[in-house]
Amino acid sequence: MGQKLGGMSWGLLALLLLTAGLGFAMLHSAAGGDMRPWALAQMVRFGVGITLTVMIAMIDIRQLHRFAYLVYGGALLLLIAVEVKGSIGMGAQRWIEIDVPGVRFQLQPSEIMKVALVLALARYFHGLAPERAGRWFSLLVPLVLIGLPTALVLRQPDLGTAMMIVAGGAALMFLAGIALRWFVGGAIAVLASLPVIWSSLRGYQQDRVRTFLDPESDPLGAGWNILQSKIALGSGGLFGKGFLEGSQSHLNFLPEKQTDFIFTMLAEELGMAGALLLITLYMLIIAYGFGVALRCSNQFGRLLALGVVATFSLYVFINIAMVTGLIPIVGVPLPLISYGGTAMLTLMVAFGLLASAHVHRDIAIPRHTGGGPF
Amino acid sequence: MDQRKQFTRRALVLAGGQLLIVSGLVANLYKLQVLEASDYQVMADDNRINVRLLPPSRGLITDRFGEGMAVNRPTYQLVLVSEQTESVAETLDSIGTLIELSERDIRWVLKETSRRSGFVPVTVREDLSWREVTRVEVNLPELPGVLIEEGQSRHYPHADLAAHVTGYVSAVSEAELTGDRLLELPGFRTGKNGVEKIFEQTLRGAAGTRNVEVNAFGRVIREISRDEGEPGEELKLTIDMGLQAFATRQIGDQAGSVVVLDLFNGDVLALVSSPAFDPNAFNYGLTSEAWQALLNDPKSPLINKAIAGQYPPGSTFKMMVALAALEDGIIQPEEEVYCPGTYELGNHTFHCWRRWGHGDVNLTEALKRSCDVFFYDVARRVGIDRIVQMAERFGLGGVTDVELTGERSGLVPTRAWKEAVYGEPWQGGETLITGIGQGFMLTTPIQLAVMAARIGNGVFKVMPRLARLDGAPDVPDFAPLDVAPELLDIVREGMNQVVNNPDGGTAYRARIEDEGMAMAGKTGTAQVRRITMAQREAGDDDVEVPWNERDHALFVAYAPVEAPRYACAVVVDHGGGGSAVAAPIARDVMREAQRRESVRWPGNEETPGDPEQVV
Repeated sequence: MGQKLGGMSWGLLALLLLTAGLGFAMLHSAAGGDMRPWALAQMVRFGVGITLTVMIAMIDIRQLHRFAYLVYGGALLLLIAVEVKGSIGMGAQRWIEIDVPGVRFQLQPSEIMKVALVLALARYFHGLAPERAGRWFSLLVPLVLIGLPTALVLRQPDLGTAMMIVAGGAALMFLAGIALRWFVGGAIAVLASLPVIWSSLRGYQQDRVRTFLDPESDPLGAGWNILQSKIALGSGGLFGKGFLEGSQSHLNFLPEKQTDFIFTMLAEELGMAGALLLITLYMLIIAYGFGVALRCSNQFGRLLALGVVATFSLYVFINIAMVTGLIPIVGVPLPLISYGGTAMLTLMVAFGLLASAHVHRDIAIPRHTGGGPF
Repeated sequence: MDQRKQFTRRALVLAGGQLLIVSGLVANLYKLQVLEASDYQVMADDNRINVRLLPPSRGLITDRFGEGMAVNRPTYQLVLVSEQTESVAETLDSIGTLIELSERDIRWVLKETSRRSGFVPVTVREDLSWREVTRVEVNLPELPGVLIEEGQSRHYPHADLAAHVTGYVSAVSEAELTGDRLLELPGFRTGKNGVEKIFEQTLRGAAGTRNVEVNAFGRVIREISRDEGEPGEELKLTIDMGLQAFATRQIGDQAGSVVVLDLFNGDVLALVSSPAFDPNAFNYGLTSEAWQALLNDPKSPLINKAIAGQYPPGSTFKMMVALAALEDGIIQPEEEVYCPGTYELGNHTFHCWRRWGHGDVNLTEALKRSCDVFFYDVARRVGIDRIVQMAERFGLGGVTDVELTGERSGLVPTRAWKEAVYGEPWQGGETLITGIGQGFMLTTPIQLAVMAARIGNGVFKVMPRLARLDGAPDVPDFAPLDVAPELLDIVREGMNQVVNNPDGGTAYRARIEDEGMAMAGKTGTAQVRRITMAQREAGDDDVEVPWNERDHALFVAYAPVEAPRYACAVVVDHGGGGSAVAAPIARDVMREAQRRESVRWPGNEETPGDPEQVV
C-alpha cells in the first residue's frame, strides 16, 4: 500500500489543487467577496472529492475492470429512475433528491453516466480482439452502450450532456481502433439527419440555436446571456479589471456567474492573462493524462485514462466555447471551477480512475476476467 | 504491441485535435479581449452607467424694481419605497391619518407597488400642505419607507394682475418635444405664452447630469459623478408692478386694455388686458369646465387685447392726418374750415358728431373739439397715400415686436391693399372716413401708445420693450422721426387743449390738476355698428344698444405736458364714448405713474436728459 502511495500521481493532485484553488477564489468573488455561500461549500466538496480520488486510485485496476459493467448498469438504472420520479430543477428533470438522515443532497445521474460509460466502453474494447475491431458487428454493443443513456438524457431534456456522452463515446471508439470509415459514415449520417434533429428540438432549444446564430436579434430575451457574457469578457481586456472588480458580474448583468458563466467572470476580472492561466492548467492536466495513458501497459488502463481525459476536455471546450459565443448555450459547467456538487465529485472519481490506471500501469489484465456479468 | 501502437497513433491524433480546438478558443479570446476590447468596454459602461438629468431651477421674472412676478415655490410630495416597509397597506393607513388620502390614491399606490420593483419610489400624493408635511415628518420614525420629496413649482404671486405679460407655464405637449430629454421629465413645465414663452431658453437654464451606476435591475448602486448644470437666469421686466396693479383696478371688470410707456426708451411700464385669468391655474391643470368657461367668456379673458385687440382708432387718428397735412403744406396752422355738421362728397353726406357743427375751426380747435368735418376736408385734400405714410412713421400698420406672443399688426388701408383684397379701386369717401379713424383702419392699443409716445418724444421712433436684459442700454438707438418740431408743437398744443381747455376740450373732465403732472391727449370713439339715418333722427345714440354692439372708447395721452415722459393708450371695449369712459382711466393711471415715478430704474437714479439733446 505504501508502495502504491509512492507511485501515486502527486503531480496530478497538485494540478487539481491549483486549479480548484483558482475556482475557490472565483467563487469568493462571485459571492461579492464572501466565502459563503459558494466558496466554502466547494472547498468541502473538493476535500471530499480529493479523498475519493486517492481512495479510488488505490483500488486495483483489475477490480475496476471487473465491476465496470456493474457500475454502468447502476448508472443506467439511476437515469431511468430520474425519468420515473425525478425532481424538477431548472426547468429540466435532472436530479434525484436523496433524503438520508443527516444529509440531503441532489444526485445528477447524467454526470455519473459520463464516467460509467467510459468504464464500460474501456472494458468492452479491452476484451475485443484487434482483428475484430474492423468488423461491423463489433460496433453494436458500443452503440447500444452509448445510445441508451443518450436517449434517456435527451428525454430529460439535456442537450449538453447528451452531446458529451456521444462525443466521449465516439472518442473512445476512435481510440480503441474502430475503422475510420465508420466515423466518416457516422459524420455524414449526423449531417444528413440535422433537419430531423432540428424539428425534434424543443422550442427553447431551437430558440437557443437561433439566438446563438444572431444574439442581437433578441438582446433583451434569449440573446441576453450570450451578449452579456461577451461584453463582460471582452471588457476585461488583457489583464482584467482586477480581482473582485468585475463590474458586469457584480452588477448582475452576467447571469449564472457562479456556474455556467464563471469563466466569463474570471476573464473579466483577470483578463486574458487569467484565462490563459486557467487554460494552461487544464492543458497540463490533459497532458498528464496523456502521459499516463501512453505509459500504461494494458489496453483497459489506456482507454480508461484517455476516456477520462476526453470527457474532461469536453467539459472545458464546450463551456468555454459556449460562454464566448462560439456554440449555443447548452448548460455545461466548467470543471473544477463551476459551483456544483455532482459534477465536481464525478470528476474527482474520474481522476481517481485515471490515477488508478497510473498506479497500476504495469499490471497486465487478461482479456476476460471471471466473475461478474458478461 | 500492435494494439498499443495503434492506440498511440490515435492518441496523438486526438491530442492534435485538442490542440487545434484550444488554439481556436484562444484565438477567439484574443479577438474578444484584445481586438474588440474597447467596443465591449463601451457596452459594459452602457450597461451599468445611467445618465439622469437634474432639472434646473427656472429663472425668476421680476418687475423693474425687483418685485417678483413669477417665482418658484417649493412643493412637497410624499413618496413610498415599498421594499423598506413590511406592509404597504398598513403604511398607507398610517399615512391616511396624517394627510388627506383618497380611496383612489390608495388603490393606485397598491397597484403601482406590486407592479414595480421594490426599490422604485412610488408617489403617494403630490402638493402636500405645510401642515401635512410637518405632521408626516414628526411621525417619520414610525413610517418606514416613507419619504418627503421637495420640488419646485412656478407661482405667480400677483395672479391675474399681470397674467398677459408673464404668460404661464404648463406641461410639455407632444408637439413641443424636440428630443431634448429634459422636456421628457415628468412634471417639467415650459412657457406657453407671454414672457415665459418668449424668454424660455433664458429662464430655463441648463439641465445638470448625474451619472449613476445601476445593476441589471435598474437599482442605483452609487453616484459616479454629478454636474449641477445652470439655473435659469433672472429676467427683469420694465413693468412697474405697482402701476400695473393700479391700472388693472382702474379698468375693473370692463373689457379693454391699458398700455403705459416711457417715451424716452420705450420701457413698457404697464400692459393690462382686461379681464384676465389666474396663470397659477394652468400650472396645476385646469378642469375642463374652467377651461371652457374661459374660452366661452364673451369678454375673451385669454386674449391679450393690448397687443391683439384690433380697433378702429377713431378720432385718436386725427393727429396723423393733421401732421400729414401740415408737412405737405396742405393746411396752415391758422387756416379755418367751416363745420356746419355735415359734409358733402359726391352724392354722399358725411356727418360730424356734433349735429349742429362747430362753425369755423382751425387745426388746434378741430383737435380740441374733435371736429369730424374739419378732418373730412383735410383728409380729402391730403389724400390717402400721404396719410398712410405718416401713420406708418408713427408706428401704425405693423407689429411693434414687443416681447410677447400673439401680437397683431393692425391695418392701415392703402389703394393697393383695397385693390388686392376687394378687387375695387379706392373711393374718395373712404379717405374721409379714414381721416376720422373709422372704416377699414385697425390699430392695436400698443400701437396707439407708441404713436402717442412718438408724438411726445418728437425726435425718435420709439419702440416698446418689455424686458431689460443684462447690458441693454438705458435708451436704445432709435431711428429718427424726421418730423419738423414746429409742426409737432402745433399738434401737441391741440392735444393739450383737448384735456386742459374748459371751453370745448372733449376730455376736460379728465385733466390732471396736480402741479407739473398735466396730461395732453386725444379722445376717440370707434364705431361698431353703423348708425342709420332713422336712428340719427330719433336721437338714438348708443346708450340702449346691447353691449357687444356699443362703440369702443379710446384715449391716447402723454404727460407731463411741459416735459413729456410718459405715454399711454386706453381702450375700453364697447365702452361707448372715449371721453366719458377711457379718458378718466388714463387720467388716473398717468397721475399714478407720475406720482410713483415709474420710469425710475434702480441703480440708475439719474433719469436721462431731454431726448432732443441726445443726438
